[in-house]
Amino acid sequence: MANRRKMRFGIVVFPGSNCDRDVYNSVTRILNQEAVYLWHKDHDLNHCDAVVLPGGFSYGDYLRTGAIARFSPIVQEIIDYAEKGGRVLGICNGFQVLLEIGLLPGAMLRNKSLHFICKFVHVRVENSDTLFTSACRKKEVLKIPIAHNEGNYYIDSEGLKALEGNNQVVFRYASPEGQITEAHNPNGSLNHIAGIVNRRGNVLGLMPHPERASEALLGSEDGKKIFRSMVQAFLD
Amino acid sequence: MIRAKVYVYLKKDILDPQGKAVKHIIGNMGFHRIQDVRVGKYTVLTFDDSVSEEEARQQTNEICRKLLANPVIEEYHFELETLPLGAPAGDG
Repeated sequence: MANRRKMRFGIVVFPGSNCDRDVYNSVTRILNQEAVYLWHKDHDLNHCDAVVLPGGFSYGDYLRTGAIARFSPIVQEIIDYAEKGGRVLGICNGFQVLLEIGLLPGAMLRNKSLHFICKFVHVRVENSDTLFTSACRKKEVLKIPIAHNEGNYYIDSEGLKALEGNNQVVFRYASPEGQITEAHNPNGSLNHIAGIVNRRGNVLGLMPHPERASEALLGSEDGKKIFRSMVQAFLD
Repeated sequence: MIRAKVYVYLKKDILDPQGKAVKHIIGNMGFHRIQDVRVGKYTVLTFDDSVSEEEARQQTNEICRKLLANPVIEEYHFELETLPLGAPAGDG
């Protein structure tokens, strides 16, 4: 039977998170769902149906991006939740945290150019069969901005083979027409990877910011498709 | 007391964009016989007087594995030195 109640998003707030309110706006005002903030010192997830780790600079990016956030009390709850199949979305710094805590494989290196890059990019949906991308067409190209200094995804060759083989690469940097070329890889990321999902399919990390592209006023509505996919998966 | 000097750096086969940029500048400075530059991090841990050398070694390893280095991309090594009892912790 279809779920009648609204989906409840839990948005994690670390000291230094700065996209938490943007996510809140996207899922409440635009998607018409519920959201609560989860403080990094909290010990429970407040009955949410999905956890979002937002972008920002948790703990000032000290040591390595996402490295200190790993030791927050809320993170242990998120690991337990994910291991039980809970939906977890990590955006930018949130993706970096997911890598540091081991919910996703690999690590982030500094951008090849050594520059902080803040601009709209295009990503191609490589796998539209996930609960985060079901509202996208096969190979659809989304226009979503990135804003990061460490988005140069790295994993060893064996790990890369597994990611590709299991269809875990969900987004790849591409041209507006969907071509995968060096010129459209903004940060040097291995195999042009912009976002990956875990083997089970319930944890997604991506560098682009869907919450910054969820209404026409912001220059693109493509990011909304990721939140809408999550809501659809919940309601079904 | 024991002091651990910890070096964390990217694994050999991983491209180091910072090191590459620094090497480029070193070339501009006129030093052309530098074959490679790698940039890493240096951390100093000063243990209190109750910690033995063996404990310091074991704890430093654990701290490196769990926090200071990310084993996916980084390696580390450290040196231990013994300081006189009650030496100021701050000067490294």
